[in-house]
Formats: sequence, C-alpha cells, structure tokens
Amino acid sequence: MLVIGVGNEFRRDDGVGLVVARRIAQECPDVTVIEQSGEGAALMEAWQSDETVYLIDAVSSGAAPGTIHRFSAHEQEIPAQFFSYSTHAFSVAEAIEVARVLNHLPPRLVVYGVEGQDFGSGLGLSATVEQAAHRLTARILEEINSPNDRPPNHRS
Amino acid sequence: MKADPKLKPNSATRNSKADSKLRTLKVDYLARVEGEGGLYVKLKGSKVQDVKLKIFEPPRFFEAFLRGRMFGEAPDITARICGICPIAYQMSSVHAMEDALGVRVEGQLRALRRLIYCGEWIESHVLHVYMLHAPDFLGYQDAIQMAKDYPDLVRNGLTLKKTGNDIVNLIGGREIHPVNVRVGGFYRVPTKHELAPLAEKLERARDIALEMVRFAASLPMPDFEQDYEFVALRHPSEYPFNEGRLVSNKGLNIAVADYEENFVEEHVEHSNALHSVLKKRGAYFVGPLARFNLNYTKLSPIAQEAARSVGLKAPCRNPFQSIIVRSIETLYAVDEALRIIHEYEMPDQPAVAVQPKAGTGYGCTEAPRGILYHRYRLNADGLIQDAKIVPPTSQNQKTIERDLRHYVQQYLDLDEEKLTWQLEQAIRNYDPCISCATHFLKLNIERT
Repeated sequence: MLVIGVGNEFRRDDGVGLVVARRIAQECPDVTVIEQSGEGAALMEAWQSDETVYLIDAVSSGAAPGTIHRFSAHEQEIPAQFFSYSTHAFSVAEAIEVARVLNHLPPRLVVYGVEGQDFGSGLGLSATVEQAAHRLTARILEEINSPNDRPPNHRS
Repeated sequence: MKADPKLKPNSATRNSKADSKLRTLKVDYLARVEGEGGLYVKLKGSKVQDVKLKIFEPPRFFEAFLRGRMFGEAPDITARICGICPIAYQMSSVHAMEDALGVRVEGQLRALRRLIYCGEWIESHVLHVYMLHAPDFLGYQDAIQMAKDYPDLVRNGLTLKKTGNDIVNLIGGREIHPVNVRVGGFYRVPTKHELAPLAEKLERARDIALEMVRFAASLPMPDFEQDYEFVALRHPSEYPFNEGRLVSNKGLNIAVADYEENFVEEHVEHSNALHSVLKKRGAYFVGPLARFNLNYTKLSPIAQEAARSVGLKAPCRNPFQSIIVRSIETLYAVDEALRIIHEYEMPDQPAVAVQPKAGTGYGCTEAPRGILYHRYRLNADGLIQDAKIVPPTSQNQKTIERDLRHYVQQYLDLDEEKLTWQLEQAIRNYDPCISCATHFLKLNIERT
C-alpha cells in the first residue's frame, strides 16, 4: 500500500495533499507515505510496485471549497483540468491517462482531490480546507483499515 | 490545439473577391506551452496584415522583489520563476553573483554544475520532444492519444525523462525547484558512490537518446527556412552551458558583461513580456538550433555522429528541425553526464567561501530554450540594489512572430484548421515558456 501526497505547501491550500499524507503517516506507520511535486514521470515510477495506491492532491474545478472528489482510476478517466498544475509540464491527470494507455496503472489507484479555496502564497490551509483535510484523513484511514469495503465514487 | 470551429475552410479558389476577404485565425489559449498566451493572425486576401503572439500571463515582478534581498537568496528566489528550468535560473544567478564578488568556481564543483544542467536539458528536451511537439508532427491532439499508437516510444521517453529527473534530484536535492545550489557551489556534494547508480541509468538512456534522434529525424518536416541571426554562448573547448562569449552567425562576439550594450528590451502593447532585440538589427534566435549551429564542433563524437547519420548539418535554418536538434542535445547531455560522472572525484568542500562586497555582476547561461541573462548590482553588505533578468522566450518572441508571418504567407492555401495547427506547431519550435517571459499562448487568425 502506498499513499502519495501531492502539492506545494507554500501555496496555502495547494498543500492539502501533503497535509493529509503526513497525518496518515502518523496514524499508520506501516503504510508507505511519500510526498511528490506532481511531476508525471516521477509519479509513474513511484506507484509502479504497489498493489494499492492512494493519491491526494488539491483541485480547482469550480466546486465548493472543501469538496472532496474521489476517482477510481480504473473506473473512470481523470478530468485533466482537475489536476493541472501547468500547461507545459506532465502532471497528475496526464500521468494517470498515459499510464492507463501503457498499462502502467497500479492494480488499484484511488485519487482524492480536495477543492481548494486559497492558492495564494503562504503557509497553512484555509479553515474550510483544513476541515476537509480532517474528514479526508479519517475517510482514507477507514478505507485502509477495511480495504474490501470500497466506497462508491461520490462527492462529499 | 483547437482551430476555431466557427471558422470555415478557406476557399482554394482565388479571385478578386476572395483577395479582399478578411480572415482571422485565432487560438485563444495555446496548449502545450508553459503559461498563458495566444496567437492572432489577420489576413486580407493573400496579404498578412498582422501577426501577434499575445502574452496575457500577468507580469510577475521578480526583478523588483529581488531588491533588498541578500545576494545568496537569488538562486532560490529566481528558481521559482520556472518549474521547467529552475536550474537555468540558479546557474545564471550564481554566475552573476560570483562575477560581482570576484569568485571563480572551478574543478569538480564546476563539473557538478554542468552535470545538473545536463539533467535539466534532458528533463526539458524530452518532455518537449515526446509530450508536447511530436504529437504536432504525427497529427495527434496530445501525447495521451499518441501513446495509444506509439506505446514503446512514450515509454522510452518517460524512462529518459526520469533519468534527467534523477540527476537533478541527486545533485539539486529534488527534481522541481531544487534547493542545493548556492553562490560558490553547493550546500552538499554527492559521493562517488552516490553517483554510480546514475551512470547505469545513463548508459541505458544513451541508447534511448540515439533512438530519439532517429525518431525525430523520421518525422515529416514542413519545408520552411529563414535567414536568422542565431545567438548563443560559445566556449573555447565545450558545448556551452555556463560560460562563454555571446556570438552570432552575423558577427556578434561580445563578453556577457556587454549584453546590455548590444541588446535592448522593448515593450509592445499585445504582450506582457518585453520583446528583446539586437540594437540596430532587430530579431534574433536563441535556443537549441542556435547552439547547434554555432557550436556543432564542440558536441561529443557520439552526438556529432548521430547528427551526421540523420543528415543534419550546421547551419540548419529550418526551425521545425529543432525537434531533431533537441534530440541531439539530449544525447549530448546524457553523454556529457556520463563523462562527468566517470571523471568525478568528490571535492573537499561543497562550496568556495564568498564574502559580500559592492559590485555589479553579469551571468548568462544556456537554458534549454536559450540564453538566460542575469545582472545584479550589490552594495557593500551584499544586498541586491538592482536586478535584470532576460529569459530566452522574450528574446525569441519577435522571431516567433516573424516566422508565423512568413509561414502564413507561404501556406495561405491551407484551410484554417490545418493552418492553425501548423502555426501552433511553428510556435512550439521555440518551446516557449510564457511563465518565464512574463516573468510570457491563444491563436487568432483573421482573414479579409
């Protein structure tokens, strides 16, 4: 099992993936938790040897701040606009879609996106996204501890 | 990469009525370039009335907020200008600071700087060739679509890119916005033992890079040549990364410190990025094609042989062939990285001592997209009083617009969709980085 937190903690809510990953690392010392910038080639290498991978990143899709989006990579395409950090770089959504074409997806890849509110410079999450981080940490811990009970794709 | 669906294909028949018809081609947001920009082309019959590379990414004011910061902060602050080429910003800033402070960094520390730059060239060139530019040549909307038909090609590209990431990661501390570069050298240098696994990956990468050159050379190339003034660094014995004189194929031969006496930045209304021109001469061309044309004999034997084997000779004046040159430079960077690693001996100190003093320093290094100029003025305490940064994309903007103007004129009979596609492809010849240039795409073609 691998948990990947993606983001930039110096851009406020962009760091939510890192925050959630660090909390999971504290709660589950047995789970491998890594932090990534979101660069695609590095992500594809990181998840190549694990059966189950959780990836957490901030998103900006226009939904209400704090909304938690869940995608099961094998069941649906990842909307590129959700996880783009650059029009030039090879980012999370592109990595997942290229990996799908190349049969390089891990057997189970769950992607959580947390709708950010404030992507300005600075440290710390906005209050709304902090609450979402708290909810998401609990939710992933529950999934990790009951891996056969896969929740359906939905927003919360 | 979207032609405006409202636009009708251009009539292939030309008559007096058609000749007076106004047509505009536009791409509001150019994909597969870094940052926010667009293209606007206005045609009246068979005449090109206007071509604008519009840059609406907001200005970023880096030069202003460097003022008052310590000299040692410049590499980490300027690295944030770009997530694709942070090493270039770090290298130009440290060389400018060392010039101001009278420090020379030699030996293995100097070699490590070349090594980390090799990593960035590999990362940047491979991303551009495989993920951003090759789909244009092969008619795919993006690399994901291309990967369905060319899975092994994309797989190899990812392996190669990862090798570049690994170099930057090991020497720089992490692959994006690395943190290990400082004025005087590095915070920490690797042991010989730590570099060994990189050498193994690079041996495999060299084979892939050779395939990359053959692949790029096999792509269908538009027939398009221009008389450019190419500008690049030239070093007496090396393919240039960090040092050299600024030279061109039209007689420029100056020290880096004389940059501002020869080049000037101009504001144009349609761009938030300044256009850089050569005084009294105008547009010029920086980047891989310029480096290759001005430094071909300094490439390593394997890279020269690869160029010869695919029939690419300097001077090359077809900007579309820049995809081949990027592949050759990738091969060179892999080969050069291997040479550096084989000859590496861990230095006693990770950096040479640097003391603040008043002065002005100049630095120019070869970013993946071309020359990146920095100038800083320091006070006696080492505080930055004034900073100037000229990134490669702002230097190429005028040449990109000139290319588009001539390309449209040459291919007027193409319908809008195809013409728009090829104009975007032409823009990507320069791998423009708008984020750097505003420290700088959308396409509009208007026909009358």
